[in-house]
Amino acid sequence: MNVALAKTGSGRAVSDLFASAEGLLPGSPAIKAARRQAFETYERLGLPHRRIEEWKYTDLRALVGEVLPLAASPDAGALSKAADAVKAHAIAGARKLVLVDGVFAADLSDVKAIAAEASVKTLRETLEKDAGDILTTSSTDAVISLNAALATDGVVLEIADGAQLSAPIQIIHVATAASASAYSRSRVRIGKGARATFIESFVAAGAKAYQVNDAVIVEIGDNADVAHIRLMDDAPDAVNITSQFVTVGADTKLNFFNMTTGGAVSRLQGFIKLAGEGSELSINGVNLLKKTEHGDLTLVVDHAVPNCTSREIFRAVIDDRAHSVFQGRIIVRPDAQKTDGKMMTRALLLSDEAEADNKPELEIFADDVSCGHGATAGALDDTLLFYLRARGLPEKDAQALLIQAFVGEAIEQIADDDLREHVVGMAERWLERRS
Amino acid sequence: MPLLEVKDLKVRVEEREILHGLTLTVNEGEVHAIMGPNGSGKSTLSHVIAGKPGYEVTDGQILFRGEDLLEMSPDERAAKGVFLAFQYPVEIPGVATMTFLRTALNAQRKARGESEYSTPDFLKKVREVSKSLNIPQDMLKRGVNVGFSGGEKKRNEVLQMALFEPSLCILDEMDSGLDIDALRIAADGVNALRSPKRAMVVITHYQRLLNYIVPDVVHVMSKGRVVKSGGKDLALELEASGYAQFEDAA
Repeated sequence: MNVALAKTGSGRAVSDLFASAEGLLPGSPAIKAARRQAFETYERLGLPHRRIEEWKYTDLRALVGEVLPLAASPDAGALSKAADAVKAHAIAGARKLVLVDGVFAADLSDVKAIAAEASVKTLRETLEKDAGDILTTSSTDAVISLNAALATDGVVLEIADGAQLSAPIQIIHVATAASASAYSRSRVRIGKGARATFIESFVAAGAKAYQVNDAVIVEIGDNADVAHIRLMDDAPDAVNITSQFVTVGADTKLNFFNMTTGGAVSRLQGFIKLAGEGSELSINGVNLLKKTEHGDLTLVVDHAVPNCTSREIFRAVIDDRAHSVFQGRIIVRPDAQKTDGKMMTRALLLSDEAEADNKPELEIFADDVSCGHGATAGALDDTLLFYLRARGLPEKDAQALLIQAFVGEAIEQIADDDLREHVVGMAERWLERRS
Repeated sequence: MPLLEVKDLKVRVEEREILHGLTLTVNEGEVHAIMGPNGSGKSTLSHVIAGKPGYEVTDGQILFRGEDLLEMSPDERAAKGVFLAFQYPVEIPGVATMTFLRTALNAQRKARGESEYSTPDFLKKVREVSKSLNIPQDMLKRGVNVGFSGGEKKRNEVLQMALFEPSLCILDEMDSGLDIDALRIAADGVNALRSPKRAMVVITHYQRLLNYIVPDVVHVMSKGRVVKSGGKDLALELEASGYAQFEDAA
């Protein structure tokens, strides 16, 4: 990467942005120094583009172009709009932690109920008190560096050893500011033997053309049982780039599900490390894309130790001129014998102009493993459609039934009945909007 | 007015004419058998009546109670009361049989401007019919036809016929892939649905099926036309002498 390229267009705009934001961002002098360093990394790299291998199919320079100014702290009007959006998207029975334009909104959150079972702080207070290791990750990816430089707020959640959460925790990101960007970073630590369900929802409260750059650090201890659901239901012209760093201890079960039903450009890049033996990882994803939407799910599953299993099921439904990307890499380290890692990705193309890119990669350095991957892309089966229509289903209804069945294979991996129904409902609403 | 009138129907598939002017009239309450060798156009006829894409009608008409069936989409035809029992019912993984049955039935009722079936009425009806067809309840929870045996798939077709109560049933090679016991159960199910208000068109290569579903009229098809029609004895005649004579005649 040469510096000259990074200085073009978006590079210069974002330099001004950082200069004006720097003074307002939380953190001690040491953290300010870390932010400046992260920003220099970003400046050097610029927005990722197609010549960066990891970003080959999601060229942010072409798709996004410029980084928008930071959203202002939400005022009373923004909070009141956000409250309505929270009401509409809250999952029944879940306890909420709400971020409005990247800033924690205590009044919209169920801090008290959560505090009875877990420790909850904001990123802002954590950065003002603690060391800044929360801003440090192993990655030098440009968007992650930009997040470290500009992360304004987020939630820092600690679930103690042995804790059994009596209700799911739902982190809701609400966008109210149009043509502005929000940088958030959260950390969820789940102790040994703990049981927890947490949900992340991204929604808009009337905002248009906003940008989200979120980072989530998840650290799970041994013998834990965790369900993590992520629902990206952004405005149709929004950009959402999220980076996720997950470390899983021994004998732990992690069931992760991601669904994207909106957003002009979205990418979830997950880096999941199996760091303890005997753990089971189930990762499932659904992209429902239409018009000119671009949705990217990039996952790196790192089997660092022996005797773990990982299963990835990904389904993309792509209409109009939309573009879905799945990049799945499974790394099996030399010691990680008896690894059992499989991924299957299928894309359903509903139009001739729809595009799917599937890029599975296996990097196996151990010799006694069972790993595999499969990828398919195709249209709805005409024979099945005719059968349904011959039984009285109009064309769109017949398609909807088959699409539901197609994504159902990923959605049914969600163990909790209510959550699964909620996700099915979101998929159904997407299908209704289509017809 | 006849229930179904096929008049001088000419059908092409990819530039090749399969039906060369076929005429057939079926009245309410009648059971017609259409017999013929492979490639005579029997299945094409059933597909064109049901509205399967990929067939080009170049001439002729299909009237259903006097209405132009060719102007209707497959789902409109189903709502009007046309039912095709498939030779090879498809498997639809991920769509539970029960969900499928209810969605289809309610779609047909909605298209006819009727109210949706209440859940208890629907369940009662499904249980009744599936019991008579020897279809276990757990089969209805599985994906449509997924993992069903050949006999189970055909019984599932008959179950739908009983639920949807069509006025015209077209049975496309219902006997293919069935042993005698499976055939008897399916045929008993069909016979139970015979009524003065309902007509059936039974398409088959073999006379065997017609021992179980006894037709009022038998047509012999060859090379895209009906070449002979007669009573049920015509089927027995065919069994003895084969199709060769008609292939020459056509």
